[in-house]
Amino acid sequence: MQVNEYRPLIVAFCCNWCSYAGADLAGNNRLNYPADVKIIRVPCSCRVNPMFILRAFQRGADGVIICGCHPGDCHYTSGNYYTRRRMALLFSMLDYLGIERERTRLEWVSAAEGAKFAATMNDFAQKVASLGENKRLEDLRCKK
Amino acid sequence: MRKCSLAVLDNLFAAIAKNATLYIPASDNAGGAKFTKWEEGTQYLDTLNTVKSPKDFFFPHTEDLMEFKVTGKNIELFDIREESEDFVVFGVRACDVKSFDILDRVFLVDPVDSYYASRREHGVIISLACTRPAETCFCTTFGIDASSPMGDISAWKTEDELFLQANTEKGEAILKSVEALTEDCTDEKVEEQKDRIRKIMGKLPLANLTTENFGGGKTKELFDSEKWAELSEACLGCGTCTFVCPTCQCYDIKDFNTGKGVIRYRCWDSCMFSEFTRMAHGNSRLTQLERFRQRFMHKLVYYPENNDGLFSCVGCGRCLAKCPISMNIVKVMKSLGGEK
Amino acid sequence: MQKITRDVLVSKAVSLLENGTVNAVLGWGKGEFVYDVTPTMFETADEIRENFVWNDFCGANFSKYLVSKTKKIEGKILVFLKPCDTYSFNQLLTEHRFDREKVYVVGVPCEGMADISKVKALAGEGIANIDFTDAGLVVTNFYDETKTIAYADVMAERCVNCKSKKHVAFDELLGETGEVISSARFDEVAKIEAMTPDERFAFWQGELSRCIRCNACRDVCPACTCEKCVFDNPNSGAENKAPATTFEEQMFHIIRAFHVAGRCTDCGECSRVCPQNIPLHLLNRKFIRDIDNFYGEYQAGAEVGSRAPLVDYTLDDLEAADVFERREEE
Repeated sequence: MQVNEYRPLIVAFCCNWCSYAGADLAGNNRLNYPADVKIIRVPCSCRVNPMFILRAFQRGADGVIICGCHPGDCHYTSGNYYTRRRMALLFSMLDYLGIERERTRLEWVSAAEGAKFAATMNDFAQKVASLGENKRLEDLRCKK
Repeated sequence: MRKCSLAVLDNLFAAIAKNATLYIPASDNAGGAKFTKWEEGTQYLDTLNTVKSPKDFFFPHTEDLMEFKVTGKNIELFDIREESEDFVVFGVRACDVKSFDILDRVFLVDPVDSYYASRREHGVIISLACTRPAETCFCTTFGIDASSPMGDISAWKTEDELFLQANTEKGEAILKSVEALTEDCTDEKVEEQKDRIRKIMGKLPLANLTTENFGGGKTKELFDSEKWAELSEACLGCGTCTFVCPTCQCYDIKDFNTGKGVIRYRCWDSCMFSEFTRMAHGNSRLTQLERFRQRFMHKLVYYPENNDGLFSCVGCGRCLAKCPISMNIVKVMKSLGGEK
Repeated sequence: MQKITRDVLVSKAVSLLENGTVNAVLGWGKGEFVYDVTPTMFETADEIRENFVWNDFCGANFSKYLVSKTKKIEGKILVFLKPCDTYSFNQLLTEHRFDREKVYVVGVPCEGMADISKVKALAGEGIANIDFTDAGLVVTNFYDETKTIAYADVMAERCVNCKSKKHVAFDELLGETGEVISSARFDEVAKIEAMTPDERFAFWQGELSRCIRCNACRDVCPACTCEKCVFDNPNSGAENKAPATTFEEQMFHIIRAFHVAGRCTDCGECSRVCPQNIPLHLLNRKFIRDIDNFYGEYQAGAEVGSRAPLVDYTLDDLEAADVFERREEE
């Protein structure tokens, strides 16, 4: 067994109503996606404060993905529209600060899209793995 | 007294840096100066004050104290302090040198702060007389002579020469190690410079500031002054004055959970912050007026009361230059009757 | 040099105070030197005549003070606002941070303010006096030197890139109001955007590593009026008093800028007060530029009641994934 192979740590914020159910469906359908993805369930994608994302990077995440209902399908009517604006600006700002833009992503995954969930995670995990460890938004104290 | 030509300043730095880490004022690339580790090519910056004072060398902005690891019901403790190495700081002004005395009285009294003490032991201060004091300077108010700075070695810089005078054994040792680069000399030129500097100090706009109305025993009278409301009116509650101050010494000790253990660290705190003095019962200073008053009462009354009349301000003028609203200890003192 | 004179401001303040229109005047108070003016609440005409200052160092934006001072003072407060200050004023009104009825705004024209650190860099330390003449600032020092410096050479960055000379809020104007200016204020942002990610990272590391976490940028910001900031709240999990690691600095500055995104009027106070000269406005302007590009031009504070872009949306907004494509198309 190879123990030293680099595995990225990925945090996925999933909205309770669509994306989390999508992840469930992926599981029920026995679809593979990397175990490196750690899901955190949130009531709505709009619950994700930019600070959550930065905190995840601080504590060792190599990539952060936010998943919510498709535009128009938000359980709370409009939450994901706000998410879309916030994340667009935040991702652009992180890029401006020189942080690799491939480390963050926003995706819409419905409860029926188990396959999309698995495919998205596979793709994201692969991209993040190719970037290697997150060195630019890390807290050295957490690396010890 | 020894002297050398300024042309060999870099050689002098190189010789000192051979035996210890050397820090000199250099550009911070943003219009200011900071004490920077000397390496081949580090350019000495002839500045009056660095943006941050050299108190960082002995009392760093943040420092890790220890680490805990918790496994089940066991707690393991690790001493993670970094071993202090010998270091030399060149170019410390008279006011900043005096600030170390003030810090010593806080950290070196029983119980001795071993983190601070270890750095003090390993540090050598080469001071530098001011040649061009600024309008914000008022060290004379606190009995400091900008023309005769203390420290392990006192230095004077003229147009083309550097004069060095050892004051302590540590200083002697350094001068001995650079003997080949320096030569014996008289103090004639130094005395000339001292005269000139003292004359300038007398001309500066804050020369008439006095501490007569302050000091131990003034607590009641000054604490109850009605002036505090007006003085603190515009204070933003930021920590600029505290963090650029060479004598502010308040700190907070905090725990940081790394996910694998806990790092206990200390960091500077500021009495201007709303969370300062927050305790289990709440906060005893709820308004900016109280916080503002605390800072100046500490410097002008409480500290001298406990330290034989020594004031906890050295007149470096950093807070005058940096306060976002230009409120500072000089305005406070003048308002409370500190003008001749 | 300011075109409008101190006397005009003083007589206006005194007359409004004496005829009972206002009970207090928020203005610039005299310091120890020519340049260290302090925001001051004047309550008598004598204080105003004696201590009121109006010169090229009156950069402080008073809008934020109104949040606390209107609660403290009975009756109206007279506040002098420069054009850029009026944008902050409107933004605070939009956010219902104070009672408009308690404020009497006198708009003052502004020719741009000087940055004392630029003056000191050119004239040296030891400033004895500064005279404002048609030829420029005449600086004399304690070393018997006199230097004349052009206003343009010492103008604050935010004034060099002034976005508007127009007063968007006032009860009364002194002198004339101007127009919105198309400035080059986004040039620096574009320059950073054009760098490689490694260069951008190195640039910001260099700038942010100087941060001492004094919080002056936040405390002076007219958009930062939370009763309790997350960075001061021990229960928030984000409280931190020290620049313990590079991460903490990045975190603080990203969140600070993000929190005011869409509400920041680009008044430039953050950069003015930074003791370490960190160009904080470049973070704010990045958000402003992105908002303009993604969601249409928006100037916070241009009108009271406008909806900030981050509390608004349209059904066909740009997807987060397309942000970079959009920028490359420009």
